[in-house]
Amino acid sequence: MNSSAGRITSVEKFGKHSYLTAMEYIPSFAFFANRLFAIGSQLSPEQGSSGIEVLETDTFKLHCFQTLTGIKFVVLADPRQAGIDSLLRKIYEIYSDFALKNPFYSLEMPIRCELFDQNMKLALEVAEKAGTYGPGS
Amino acid sequence: MTVHNLYLFDRNGVCLHYSEWHRKKQAGIPKEEEFKLMYGMLFSIRSFVSKMSPLDMKDGFLSFQTSRYKLHYYETPTGIKVVMNTDLGVGPIRDVLHHIYSSLYVELVVKNPLCPLGQTVQSELFRSRLDSYVRSLPFFSARAG
Repeated sequence: MNSSAGRITSVEKFGKHSYLTAMEYIPSFAFFANRLFAIGSQLSPEQGSSGIEVLETDTFKLHCFQTLTGIKFVVLADPRQAGIDSLLRKIYEIYSDFALKNPFYSLEMPIRCELFDQNMKLALEVAEKAGTYGPGS
Repeated sequence: MTVHNLYLFDRNGVCLHYSEWHRKKQAGIPKEEEFKLMYGMLFSIRSFVSKMSPLDMKDGFLSFQTSRYKLHYYETPTGIKVVMNTDLGVGPIRDVLHHIYSSLYVELVVKNPLCPLGQTVQSELFRSRLDSYVRSLPFFSARAG
């Protein structure tokens, strides 16, 4: 499971099978976050739709959480992984506690705070232990 | 549970067919532009997915959902794309989309010598069979929502 957060402000990679480096993922994620997410809302046949929240493929599931200020948290996980909604909210909490409340952090910049990294790692470990929907992982 | 609308695209992005059953909000742009936007979005999602995938993909992009609707996607090896928007209560319907392709599109349009391929389907038989098939689906209800 790997995750990236924010408006290109930080990329954390805990992925096991990455054949692109972290930096190469960023433009695709940025494009997804800015354009595709919004088009999903524009083409909606129903009133009041949000942007894309879950995108499902046969090898992974992408979850996207948009805050009221427009920050998008994007998590790529196994399709059977449970507990991603609470993980996204936890990441939002960690972001506001260790990045936003940090007087040395400037907005829109990559996040380089040790406490942020530590807490993210912990939250990801907890989420992975939360288990999967089906057999195996 | 209901079906909102359905798009059928060919490999060149031409919209072969569009039907709607319960659609509360229009896109605010002309239909031609909406088809192009939809095709462009799907094309981008497909290439995004193939780059992001941690393992080798078999089927690729399957569906996405927002807070109000779910978009289901099925693509054939020949580049025909079946796209169906439903509400959130509907699970995986890959077999339904495959049926629309193989038993309706292939049987009634491709095998019809009078139906030219590569442009919007004019066949009334295809339209009515598709309509009755969708209305017969277990997750389609006449009352929206």
